[in-house]
Amino acid sequence: MNREDNIITQANPFIPEPARIVRTYHLTDDVKFFQVRIVDMEKALSFQYRAGQFAMISILGAGEAPFSISSTPSRPGLLEFCIRKVGSVTEAIFRLKENDLVGIRGPYGNGFPVDQMKDKDILIVVGGLGAAPLRSVLLYSLDNRDQFRRVIVLHGAKRPAEMIFREEFLSLKQREDLECHLAVDADDTGQWTENVGVVTTLFPLVKKLDPANTFALVCGPPVMYKFVLKELIKLNIPKDQILMTLERRMKCGVGKCGHCAIDYIYTCLDGPVFTYWDVIHMRELI
Amino acid sequence: MRIIKLKKNNLFPFLEILSEKADLWAPVKKGDKHAFQKISDFSQIEMNTTRTILPPRKIFLPPSFSMFNTSEKGYTEDFSHASKKILFGIHPCDIHGLLILDDFHKQAFHDPYYLKARENTLIIGLSCWPDENCFAKSTNTHIVEEGFDLFLTNLEDFFLVWIGSSQGDDLIRLRPELFDENLADRDIQKYIRWQAERDKAYTWDLNFTAMPDLMELKYRDPLWEKLGDACLACGSCSSVCPTCNCYNIMDKQFLGGKDGNLVRHWDSCTLEEYSEVAGGENFREKRSARLKLWYTHKLQAYISKYGKPSCVGCGRCIVTCPVGINVRTVGKALLGEEEDAFWARLHREVTK
Repeated sequence: MNREDNIITQANPFIPEPARIVRTYHLTDDVKFFQVRIVDMEKALSFQYRAGQFAMISILGAGEAPFSISSTPSRPGLLEFCIRKVGSVTEAIFRLKENDLVGIRGPYGNGFPVDQMKDKDILIVVGGLGAAPLRSVLLYSLDNRDQFRRVIVLHGAKRPAEMIFREEFLSLKQREDLECHLAVDADDTGQWTENVGVVTTLFPLVKKLDPANTFALVCGPPVMYKFVLKELIKLNIPKDQILMTLERRMKCGVGKCGHCAIDYIYTCLDGPVFTYWDVIHMRELI
Repeated sequence: MRIIKLKKNNLFPFLEILSEKADLWAPVKKGDKHAFQKISDFSQIEMNTTRTILPPRKIFLPPSFSMFNTSEKGYTEDFSHASKKILFGIHPCDIHGLLILDDFHKQAFHDPYYLKARENTLIIGLSCWPDENCFAKSTNTHIVEEGFDLFLTNLEDFFLVWIGSSQGDDLIRLRPELFDENLADRDIQKYIRWQAERDKAYTWDLNFTAMPDLMELKYRDPLWEKLGDACLACGSCSSVCPTCNCYNIMDKQFLGGKDGNLVRHWDSCTLEEYSEVAGGENFREKRSARLKLWYTHKLQAYISKYGKPSCVGCGRCIVTCPVGINVRTVGKALLGEEEDAFWARLHREVTK
């Protein structure tokens, strides 16, 4: 045995980095926005990530869980997350206030292939909390607007009060270099001025696409995929240009604990962004 | 590789000097089975064992160990599980198990908890004789060429000692007079005969080359539902498998709530909560789906990725699974060589 092979050449990847909550507020009843900054200034600025990657956030005593990064790598220094209260870790995170500390590890996962997406049309389809990872790539494409051709967003939520980043998207609608269509399943306020219907009802509003040169990015609740994928296939977008970011249980983020395994891949290393072809090819993905 | 001789009577004096350098671990009797244990009394060491209950993985990644001590100030690394050790009596299949774990813990991110323990443990392998549940010849793990510091082939009145590393050579130098550098022709003949006899002692085999394709072709086969109905989802197969490494992490707070530690403990993909995410969505609610993942890992994924199965033929799943679901029965079923007795018993006793 060549013992040199066993010598550890990397720092302990399990150590979280202390980070401070700079801002937090409710996006919806059960979803909160968190803007955090790694305490060590140098590390804060050198935290390089790609849109679509995730980080592990930990709270001492409560545990650790994976979260999509919602901010864009084109604005370094601060990391943003939108977090839904669904379990014990997120309950503990919800109790935190501005200036409190959390632990952060990452970034992990493959992220969106933004280099391949250059000079192409980008069609982003958001359902519910799918806004968390897709906001990152949307803001990235807007910060680097000349690198992409059309940027189109279709965003659906159940009710106006449940639309994640509602105000942000409403103001993005003003931009002329972005085609943004919003819909709610039902308007219970009587004041919603956008579309009413499920997210697929927004597809007819999209002007004719050039499918061979379009990347479609989809994230939303499991029930949404079936219907959205059908629309995208109808539009003739190639299966390996339809990208989805998927949820799995991840305890480590670094391909060791095994929980996110699908066939012979680990979602935390080889995902969470997969193409529709991967989904057909690998079984069990959705 | 340098190969020398060690007389039978010289083994314990050699182990004695080793035990002064680091904790010596070796197989001892545990009920009617065997287990690796820290040795204080050399007479406890069992030389002619088959598989131990748990694989040697437990020495590198214990069932439960602390990764970090935590306090209000943050995290401090805890490597207390990775103390210096010498592991004696580990069989070729289990050395292959460690080689697979080596690859795994070095891919992408390094896992310092495994690698540190591996770095701090010297491996002294020992040859063995197969029983009816061994099938290491099918997985080509009945012989080893790497992964050990010393390897002893047991040839009755003496051991052939294969020196596999510079550290292994250092061990020899602690008591060089116990060893004999000169191999006679008859010693070599003895070894060749031993090897041929040993190879003949394997009573059955399994065609692993066919497994990746069969896992793919029979992905929707009713076989999996039948196995899923019988599986108790107890996780025993994962506890005893030399290449299972899944774990979970527990954030443990001591009384007072200020200090604690992060504890890493074994987990199994056959357990119900394994793939469950917050909010209750479970990606593998059915036992059949979880069993399929286990066997995908053993019979398909590793072959596709590393060119070898992540099964080393130790037979532990065969002697452990309470309902008889193991690499032998599943492998044979995939090949269409269903063992009638197994299915009949399964039907009679488990699924009714």
